[in-house]
Amino acid sequence: MAITLNINGENKEVDAAEGTPLLWVLRDHLKMKGTKFGCGVAQCGACTVHVDGVPTRSCVTPHDSLDGALVTTIEGASGAAAEAVIAAWQAIDVPQCGYCQSGQILAAAALLEETPDPTDDDIDAAMSGNLCRCATYMSIRRAIKNASTAL
Amino acid sequence: MFGNHANLAPSGLTSMRQTSGNGPVISNISRRGFLGATGGILLNVALAGTARAQDANPLSDVAGGDALPSLWVAIGEDGTVKITCHRSEMGQQTWTAMAQIVADELDAPWENVEIEQALGDARYGDQNTDGSRSVRYNFHRLRVAGAAMRTMLTRVAAETWNVDAQTCVVELGVVTHAESGRQKTYGELASAASTQTVPAEPEVGLKTREQWRYIGQPIPSLTVPRIVRGDSTYGIDVDRPNMVYAVIARPPQVFGKTGAVNDAAARAVPGVLDTVQLPDLEPPALFKALGGVAVVASDTWAAIQGRAALEIKWLDGPNAGASSDTRRAELEATARQPGDVRRNRGDFDAALAAAATRVEAEYYVPHMSQSPLEPPSATAEWTDGKLECWAPVQDPQTARNVLSQVLGVAVEDVTVHATWLGGAFGRKSKPDFVVEAALISREVGRPVKVTWTREDDIRHGYYHAGSAQRFEAGLDADGTCTAFLHRTVFPTISSTFAPGADQPSALEMNLGATDTPFAAPNLRVESGRSNEDLRIGWLRSVCNIQHAFGVQSFADELAHAAGRDPKDYLLELIGEPRTVDPTQEGAEYPNYDASLEVYPIETERLSNVIRLATDMSGWGRDLPEGHGLGIAAHRSFLTYVATIVEIAVDAEGEISIPGVWLAVDAGTVVNPKHVRAQIEGGVLYGLSNALYGDITYTDGAVDQWNFPDWRLMRMEEAPRAFNVEIVASNAPPAGVGEPGTPPAAPALTNAIFAATGQRVRTLPILGADRFRLSRNS
Repeated sequence: MAITLNINGENKEVDAAEGTPLLWVLRDHLKMKGTKFGCGVAQCGACTVHVDGVPTRSCVTPHDSLDGALVTTIEGASGAAAEAVIAAWQAIDVPQCGYCQSGQILAAAALLEETPDPTDDDIDAAMSGNLCRCATYMSIRRAIKNASTAL
Repeated sequence: MFGNHANLAPSGLTSMRQTSGNGPVISNISRRGFLGATGGILLNVALAGTARAQDANPLSDVAGGDALPSLWVAIGEDGTVKITCHRSEMGQQTWTAMAQIVADELDAPWENVEIEQALGDARYGDQNTDGSRSVRYNFHRLRVAGAAMRTMLTRVAAETWNVDAQTCVVELGVVTHAESGRQKTYGELASAASTQTVPAEPEVGLKTREQWRYIGQPIPSLTVPRIVRGDSTYGIDVDRPNMVYAVIARPPQVFGKTGAVNDAAARAVPGVLDTVQLPDLEPPALFKALGGVAVVASDTWAAIQGRAALEIKWLDGPNAGASSDTRRAELEATARQPGDVRRNRGDFDAALAAAATRVEAEYYVPHMSQSPLEPPSATAEWTDGKLECWAPVQDPQTARNVLSQVLGVAVEDVTVHATWLGGAFGRKSKPDFVVEAALISREVGRPVKVTWTREDDIRHGYYHAGSAQRFEAGLDADGTCTAFLHRTVFPTISSTFAPGADQPSALEMNLGATDTPFAAPNLRVESGRSNEDLRIGWLRSVCNIQHAFGVQSFADELAHAAGRDPKDYLLELIGEPRTVDPTQEGAEYPNYDASLEVYPIETERLSNVIRLATDMSGWGRDLPEGHGLGIAAHRSFLTYVATIVEIAVDAEGEISIPGVWLAVDAGTVVNPKHVRAQIEGGVLYGLSNALYGDITYTDGAVDQWNFPDWRLMRMEEAPRAFNVEIVASNAPPAGVGEPGTPPAAPALTNAIFAATGQRVRTLPILGADRFRLSRNS
């Protein structure tokens, strides 16, 4: 059944099977590959997008539950917090393989929107849902603090 | 990891090829049409000793051989420096490192450098991106290539101006005639330079270290600007016109077979297009597909749903009934029996008998999964008997050769594109998933992307094998170690390629067993024989994982038995500054495919990093209640690492890691920022595996399914502080991707002992479900 999704400010017509997770609609139907598949069970955070500004696991979010919602993916990440995070990520080369980093960046941007000056515990709470097998955690923590300072 | 897979068999496990020490061969092939209409100059850098005579315009003596050119460097008329990178980019920043080396000697403006990923092709030489050796293998020849181009550009400018080339200077892509002030850019000179003869190596004028512009500097990554915008193509992101999506139901046991299949319900799932039964896997496993039934659909989700609806009767294979518990008991029993002697110094038995104190301990490390965050995924397009594949492979040449053999097509008719790898850690050295995609594409006649779900990755991998080790030592009345026995028992990775292979290879024993740097006058290293029930393979730092855990844990146990400080005792075990040559003590010692002359085992470099790291950590300081410091030091991949871990254990037994201090001597370092990242990541990879990593199996089938029970370290569990010191060194470059991993686990468990008195001899420390140390473990 065709429905319309608002992604990064654009309306997109989607015709996917009922219940198809947003992740696969983004990747396979809309060919937006910045959002990654890591586990399929909301355990790793690689598929994180913002739904109405809230970090959301697209792998367990049926696309047809998003009527009227505003979805933001890494390709559309913008705003002061997101740009500060992206700049901080680039400044110290946070990513290694980079596969989880779309999710990390969107999680960090949401953290800084809510908590512009996060403590280590705030960072732990906001970021522990996002696995990184390269284990860039030390760099992520540094970059979030740098982004906070820049903001 | 290890292995140079020219064929299905892992030749690298049994034979080594020496590639270091010889100069590269560079020839000018600008006129052969490679540049197309763009003009400019193109240099062809051949592997040392492997250039064809007709290609060779030697920069150094060439021993001959039949390999084709290995690496291309080109300058366009717009000044663009294009480097074709033949190594796979998987987060270790090999693109950036390769470019730094070439651009430095070329003295090119950094912003003009572009990287293109090479196809899998023997003409590039070794593309097997494992063993932490991309920089080591390519450092010298890329320097020579860059310098040769600089010389040619300078000469052509001098000819144009009719002046002596010696009077011209080069800076950042501009040649200047000092006297007259005339200048030309590389782009302006490129086409004319293409007629130049390539200078011999002594004429190229390599820079001195002091003149290096990029080597040794924290140059920003070439991949990160794309990654942070979601503009990156991993294997799983590949898209082809008319492509369909497949997931595969595989037999739960390796060599299990597919029995009766009812795919009616699967075919009824909206979006499902077809099912394809794959051939059962027959031993040896090699890099062949595991068999099972593929569901082909119009998107990945439909394929996953279709797979869930398949009804398949799986038939037992030879691994029916196998369990990790049974295998562990066998490994441990074998470790208590005399093994095959792999290195011997003095007379261990006599020394032990004469010892004042005897110490013994046994250690067990379980199976583990590499679990890169991008699961295996490949896209294949079979067209008119030819095959084109896109996949995140560590060695596109191996993939190409395997595809050629399994599908029965000529190598020339197989094209393999290495995409970026969303992590690899050894898993993507094995191109079985590319074979799957190719088989299905040939069957359905369309481009097919195969995606492994996380469950597939955890249940059907090439695991790090479980291992048992036994140590015995004798101390004299002063506590000095006079006798040291290390017996290691683990299935050889060769078993994945040769059924019945049961003895650890020299290459595997090379990884932290036969190279023990201890000075004990009586020292024996033995291996035991074992078989394996799963497919096993290389995982970041491979056998160094269990060997560093065993050796460095036991060293700590000896220190406590002797009543000594663990750091002081470790330095004493290592002993006086000297080089260690295991081959003088009966060991077959490949030394990571490097000459012992160029890369000796130097005890002073190991002792040095120990002193540095302990100083950084404030070793010996007063610690809060429940805190402890642990130390471990290990040479792997020709790099020396000492790691200090501080842990805190609260009243309930919950562990946290306030800090890690590490010193690394990796010889000459190309990019300290990225070395630090590799080291930090390597340590955390090791800590994660030590804390949680545990793959078990029952009736031949892996028990874990996804990240809930194959647990990985998360942000809240990572150390709060991490300090790395990179030793300034003029030694030749060594590895950095893996050496952080081996000492992490023993530094952690030694810290647990310091904090709690609990000696951890079995990994994982916690596992998937436990969050606290038990009081009595």
